[in-house]
This record gives sequence, C-alpha cells and structure tokens, in this order.
Amino acid sequence: MSELTKLTLAGARDALKKGDVTSLELTEACLGAIEGAGALNAFVHQTPDLARDRANAADERLKAGDAPKMCGLPIGIKDLFCTEGVPSQAASRILEGFRPEYESTVSAQLRDAGAVMLGKLNMDEFAMGSSNETSVYGNAVNPWRRGNDETQLTPGGSSGGSASAVAADLCLAATGTDTGGSIRQPAAFTGITGIKPTYGRCSRWGIVAFASSLDQAGPMTKDVRDAAIMLEAMCGHDPKDSTSAELAVPDFEAMLTGDIRGKVIGIPREYRMEGMPEEIEALWQKGTEMLKDAGAEIRDISLPHTKYALPAYYVIAPAEASSNLARYDGVRYGRRAKLSQGDGVVEMYEKTRAEGFGHEVQRRVMVGTYVLSAGFYDAYYNRARKVRTLIKRDFEQAFDAGVDAILTPATPSAAFGLGEMAEADPVQMYLNDVFTVTVNLAGLPGISVPTGLDRQGLPLGLQLIGRPWEEGDLLNCAYSLERAAGFVEKPAKWW
Amino acid sequence: MLDLTYDSPKPKVIAGAKHDWELVIGMEVHAQISSRAKLFSGASTRFGAEPNSNVSFVDAAMPGMLPVINEYCVEQAVRTGLGLKAQINLWSAFDRKNYFYPDQPAGYQISQLYHPLVGEGEILVDMEPGIARKVRIERIHVEQDAGKSIHDMDPAMSFVDLNRAGVALMEIVSRPDIRGPEEAAAYITKLRQILRYLGTCDGNMQNGNLRADVNVSVCRPGAYEKYMETQDFAHLGTRCEIKNMNSMRFIQLAIDHEAKRQIAILEGGGTVEQETRLYDPDKNETRSMRSKEEAHDYRYFPDPDLLPLEIEQGWVDDIRAALPELPDEKKARFVKDFGLSEYDASVLTAEHENAAYFEQVAAGNDGKLAANWVINELFGRLKKDDRDITDSPIAPENLGQIVGLIKSEEISGKIAKDVFEIAYTSGREPREIVETEGMKQVTDTGAIEAAVDEVIAANPAQVEKAKANPKLAGWFVGQVMKATGGKANPKAVNEIVQAKLGL
Repeated sequence: MSELTKLTLAGARDALKKGDVTSLELTEACLGAIEGAGALNAFVHQTPDLARDRANAADERLKAGDAPKMCGLPIGIKDLFCTEGVPSQAASRILEGFRPEYESTVSAQLRDAGAVMLGKLNMDEFAMGSSNETSVYGNAVNPWRRGNDETQLTPGGSSGGSASAVAADLCLAATGTDTGGSIRQPAAFTGITGIKPTYGRCSRWGIVAFASSLDQAGPMTKDVRDAAIMLEAMCGHDPKDSTSAELAVPDFEAMLTGDIRGKVIGIPREYRMEGMPEEIEALWQKGTEMLKDAGAEIRDISLPHTKYALPAYYVIAPAEASSNLARYDGVRYGRRAKLSQGDGVVEMYEKTRAEGFGHEVQRRVMVGTYVLSAGFYDAYYNRARKVRTLIKRDFEQAFDAGVDAILTPATPSAAFGLGEMAEADPVQMYLNDVFTVTVNLAGLPGISVPTGLDRQGLPLGLQLIGRPWEEGDLLNCAYSLERAAGFVEKPAKWW
Repeated sequence: MLDLTYDSPKPKVIAGAKHDWELVIGMEVHAQISSRAKLFSGASTRFGAEPNSNVSFVDAAMPGMLPVINEYCVEQAVRTGLGLKAQINLWSAFDRKNYFYPDQPAGYQISQLYHPLVGEGEILVDMEPGIARKVRIERIHVEQDAGKSIHDMDPAMSFVDLNRAGVALMEIVSRPDIRGPEEAAAYITKLRQILRYLGTCDGNMQNGNLRADVNVSVCRPGAYEKYMETQDFAHLGTRCEIKNMNSMRFIQLAIDHEAKRQIAILEGGGTVEQETRLYDPDKNETRSMRSKEEAHDYRYFPDPDLLPLEIEQGWVDDIRAALPELPDEKKARFVKDFGLSEYDASVLTAEHENAAYFEQVAAGNDGKLAANWVINELFGRLKKDDRDITDSPIAPENLGQIVGLIKSEEISGKIAKDVFEIAYTSGREPREIVETEGMKQVTDTGAIEAAVDEVIAANPAQVEKAKANPKLAGWFVGQVMKATGGKANPKAVNEIVQAKLGL
C-alpha cells in the first residue's frame, strides 16, 4: 500500500491508465498514510468521504475512457483555498467554523481535471510566515531530520503543510500559494519541487487574500514533470479575477525536452549575500556547472535593486494585508468574540480581531496600517512601489539582454528547527524570503528545484526565475537541472 | 450650438450684526448610476427588495471574493461626464478607502481618489429667464455605495441590510461656485435634470439615489472675487461639510442655518473649525458629527484587485455621438423654433418626457398655442389627477389635433376645452368628437346673420340702449353665442353685431 503513495502524478496517471491501480486504491493508500502521519500535522481537515466519492467517480471515467488530465490523482489543498462545504480557515482562529458555499477557481479546475481532494493542509496563518509556526492548528513538521538528531524542523512556510505532506508521501501533490516565497521556500526545505507561476496565470478567485498584487497559487510536487502537469490544470483565464491573464495555457509537460542548449542562464551577483553559508554557495556553483554542462551559456548579470526588495516587500505586502483582512470583523462569518454588557460595535471589532488574529498577523496589520497612514504614505508605500518598479525593470533589462532564466539559491539556509526563531527579531524570519520576494515583486515565474543535501543531510534547493508567461521554458530548464542533479533522496520515516 | 445669453445672479448677502457676509458653497453629489447590476458584483440593484436579498458573495465580502468592473456603469459615468461637458480620462484607477463599519463589509469602499474617470466640466444653473450661474465641476469619480445600518428596529440590536452595498455611484464634485441656498437647490435641480435626460441616474431623492454633501463657508464681500482671480482658497472662509442631504428644502434650510452659525462665530471674534456636520430637520440646526482631528484616516491606496481602467477614445466618441439633446440646447431650440418664451421653454424642458410630449403636440402646429395647451390645460389636468405625463390619458397626437382645430378656427378656444375634457376622459379622437357632437364652430356668415337678426328682432329695447351706449353690443354677442351653443365664431359674431346695430 505505502508504495502507492510514493508515486508521482505522472507515474500514478500512467498506472491508472493501464489499469494497474484504481483511483480508490491510490486514495485509500493516501488516506492511510495521512492517518499514520499525525505527528507531521500536515493535514488539518481530512475529507475521506469526499475523496472516496471522487475516486470512485474518477475510476468510472477512467473505465469509460473519458479521463481528464489529472483523473483519479489524490492531492491535498492548502487551507487558504476556499473549498465548498469544507472548512477553509486560512489557519486562523478568526475563520473558525467557516465553510464556504463556493469553490476557489483553482481547486475547482483541479476537481474538474479529475483530481481527488484528500483534505486541507496546514499553513501559516493567512499565509504570513516562513515556518508554519503562526498556524492556529499548531506548526506542521518537516519529515526531514538532521541525521539522527530528533530535533523537529520546520517544513518552511507559509505552505508548510503542503510541503510536508508531499515530501512525506501523504499525497501525490498539493496546492500552495506564494506571496513572497511561500511555495518555493518550503519546497526547498523539504526536497520537493514548487513553482510560482507568473502573476495572473492562476485565478486568485476563492483564495483567501493576503497581498493581492503578489499572491499566486502554484503546485507543490515530487518532481518537475508533476509541476508541469498540475500547473496546466490549475492555471488559465478566469473572468472572475480582473488580474487573471487572458492567455492560452500551453501543454507544459510536452515542453519538457531537457534540451537547454544555447539557453542563456543569468547568475545575479547581488544574490551573493554577505554571510551566506558556504554550502549554499557551493550548491549554487554546482547548479551553474550542471546547466553549463547541459549546453547553456552562463552569464554574470546584475540586478542592482535587489537589496531594496525585502524592505519594499515588507511595506507593500502588509499594506495590502491590512486592508484585505479588514473584512474579518465578526459581523458575517467566522468567529465573533463574546461581548460584555454595554459593548458596542467598536468593542466587537476590537475583541474579535484581538482574539481571532495571531501575533504575526496583528503585527503585519499594524505595519500595513501605519505605512498607509496620512503623512507616511509617500515615505513608505509610494516609495516601496517605486522600488518595485525598479526591481521589475532590473529583470526586464536582463531578459532584454538575452537572458532566458536566472539561477539563484532558493533559501539562505536549510530547514531550521521549530522554535529556533521564536526569540529572534521578526526581521530574521523575514530574511528567509530574501531570494524569493524579488520574483513576486516583479510578477515573474520562479521554481524551486531540490538539488542536493547539506552536511546534516537536509535538502537544499535552487531557484530558477523565468521570463513572464514562459513557464514552459522555465519548467524545461528546471527539468534539465533536475536531471543533472539527480536528487532522489527521501526522508527516513520516523513519524 | 444654440446658446441663450445670460447674466450671473447676485450672490446671496446675509447681513450680520456688524457687516455683510456672502456665502460660498461647493457640493459633492452622490448619484446612483442607473444600472440593473451593481458596480463590481453583478448582483441586482432592484429598489425595495427584501432586505439582504440583492447580495452576492462579493457584496458580503466573503473570503477570497474579487471585484469585476461592470462596464455598463463605466459607460453611464462617461455619458454623464460628456453631458456635463467634462474631460473624460482614458486612464483612471480605483482606490480603496479603508474604514470599519458594519454596513461596509470589506472594511473598505472601492472609489477613485487619485485618478478619477471624469475631470473638469460645468453646469449652467438656471435661476430665472436670462439669469444663470455657471458652476464648474471639478471631477466625477465612480465608487460603491455602502449598505444600510438600521438602529431603530430593536432596542438592543442593530441590523444591516446589504442590498445597497456595492451599488454604483457617481460622486460629482463641484467647485465652490454656488453662492446661495437657492442656487444650491437650483444646482441640484439642474444636475438632476441633466442626469435624467442622459438616463444615467433616476434622481429619486426619496429613495436616496441622489444625495448631497454640502460644503459651506462665508466670506466678506469682495473676497470671493479675489478667490476667482487667483483660485487661492486662502481668500475664502473655513468650510464645514454638511453630510448626506436628500431634500431640496432641507438643503436650503441647512445652508442658511450653517451660514448664520458661522457668521455669529466670526462676528463674536471666534474661528470656524473645519468639520463635518449633520443637519437636524426637526430642530433646523446643524450639529458637529466629527472634527478635523477626529476625521478618519482612510488610508487610500490603489486597489490591487483591479487593473487600471483603460478606455478607448473611439468608445467615448461613440457614446458622445449617441447623446440625447440636453436641456440647455433643447430649451434654446424651443425658444428659437417654436417662438416660446424662455420661461415656457424652461417649463417644457424641465423633464425630457414633457419636452418629448410637447414636441409631438407642436408637430405641424402653432408652437406657442401648443405650449399654452400643454402647460396650462394638460399639466393642470394631470396634476389634478396626480398623474404623470408618461401615463397621460390623452395622447400627444390628439392634443395636437385640438391645437390644430383651434388654429384653423374650426373650434373656438372655449369649445376646445370641452373637446379636451371629452378626449381626456374617453380617449376619443378630437376630430371625431367635434364631428359627432356637432361642436364645429359656425363660420358661415349667413347662419350667424340669421341668428343676430333673431336676437335683434326679439330685443328692441336693448337695441336702443346699445345704440346709445355701444359698449352694450357685447350683450348681443353673448346672446348669439348662447343661441348657437357657443359654436359661432366669436370674431364673426362681433363684426356682424356691430354692423347690424350700425355702430
């Protein structure tokens, strides 16, 4: 049974097609794996009945020879996605008991492509965090450990539950969302693949908003091929999201040739950070060599405004969040605080939001409110917007000069221990996003590919950044890197 | 373009205890855009629906919901801008105005602060024939309405109705060019008239689809002229904003009261604080709602859920080409083409339905006579029945027939009123009424002569008196008219009576 859960999407798809296995068998195997993985705290709401129903329906369609592309494949959905009739609370207390009457566009497309939802996955509250420690459900746990050291490690965040579940073979793949690195950082921490597509590729409709101009959904998978398969099912134009692009969706999988001869790979010198661990530096170098060996041209490039990206991000994202989260007021849905005699509407807001939001969310709402305030708007928000324009231009200039993709480390370190950052300055935690936020600010596609292990046996990933709307080429580049790196390690099961 | 010349009215002067003061008024009018669907959600805008029945997931600000612009609402706002001779901005953008209130589910209102859809325009506000005030429009932006909080249904609880939440509004912002309470009311009247002509707002103030925030300040005579020269607000007094007015009468009362309040403060040596005030019609006074210090910090920023609103010049041109004739042009044309007085033209063009009715009556007829009949007979009769022109029981063609029958002297003005009454109540055709009922005016001099002879023969004493006092000839005319059932042409009767009496 457990072998079934180790299948990739592509492997399972082919096995289903051949009739070697049924969707119900795959689904039961995953449900069993989830059952045995409580220690990982990856799945926070399980939907076994729904899963079995969908698996049975998928088996019918497979039998009838009318199977859509992800027919019968069991996956997990991040709790940020609204799923009809199923708890969807963005890992926040304030959405306690909320069961939407609608299905997000992305999860609806996956459903329509035949995928089987197993349940909802843990995450940082409202996707704000880099360690999954801000979740109301408690943190998810990384299936990887430092050798024999039993210290529990973070799976990263905010899509920590998704990363943990895929890395531990609880599901074949999962959805994630990425506002500043929330797909790519946890993918790197858990040795899996995660792609954030170009802003506007996936509909944001029905996904609880964190920072609207940065949020994008994307797949978190066991390999690049699976990322191509699942991304194709997730993206496409949605008239319900004004920022969704009216572009045709290519057959991404068909673009995976592994041939990157003649492609120009940029190595941005500004990503060589002071105090960067040697191992990361070495990995980056190794990745560069691999792409070169595959026939790509390596070029040093400059993205001069990189150092302003993190501060700009931590102005823009909280500003948008402070406004997006204003709707959680206890009036219409979710949790409403118990009120005392004489309390009015202001007390209802204050008490509801004080007990409904965790500390990190409150911090960002306050930061965001501050930077939008009269008298500070120009100094913070407007300046951050200008920086954003400059960062975008840096990338445009590189691409205009002929660069096809840019290779960087995905994270400044391997997964760290849960609680290790508890006493640290919040900015220390924010530094996790240093290599990833630029991509969100510029709206570009970025993919994290597992490329090696560190000295302690933890996975490390590299990031490839592509041209806007050219996820196909980016995936192919990542595919080439993946093949060269030959990363096949799996965490030893301890849970 | 036809234009009627006009002079500007004198500003209203209020005599203070120490000296004279003038008023300076600017208005922000919130006009509900006529559209069956809301601005960003597609939900219905039907008025009077069950509470919370016209509410989509977007209107209720459910998690993950996103706004999508209703293109028809944009078209309506562009149409309005063109009707106010305003600049249309091909690139505009939506901003969020953040504040907490239970009838504002998202915690922000989507509006346009930084880049409005419509820029500068103007409205000519008619005061009386030949007198009008040109009021400059600063901008029109498109925004969502809020829902409604209901505090008086339960002693302990408040209720929220979101039917109106998300309905499209245009905020039409004027410059401070309005100089008195009457002008303020006339401004609203004219704006409403134009919006109704354009079909972009129903203008129903009772239903709240036209509401005004009124900015009032006072200054010494001469200061306003300095402001107009320099556009420097420093020449004007500190303004107070009176929020959410939806009655012409109360707008005037509130302005008057507010001006006097400010004058009393200034003459007492105090300073007017910039603040938002509410008018209480029961007490006829304005009360402070919040001071400048308590003013909300709305933390406006561009709405990241919406792309900038980019429209094509060609589309704007198409809308412009399809604009209806507007009140000023229509009025000028009525004066010119039908020879109407400006007053009558104003009355007839006040509502475009009236103007359209009149034009049908006037078609092929004497314009002035048609105007008289529409204004005096028809409007009076409709008012008596509390009916609207759109459900007038008499069709414009039929009233046109009556006017034609009068002009061709087939019936007298007096008989015409009877014909009108029959046509109005029965719906019958005037020509047929006149024929069937034998109401045709007698212009046959032979018949009239016979009737006159008869009256003269029967009243020899009166004949003598009339010969001595020619003014008594009228008595004979009356007798003849009576004898002919009012059908004789009075002019002809008069002439024949005079001749027969040898006067």
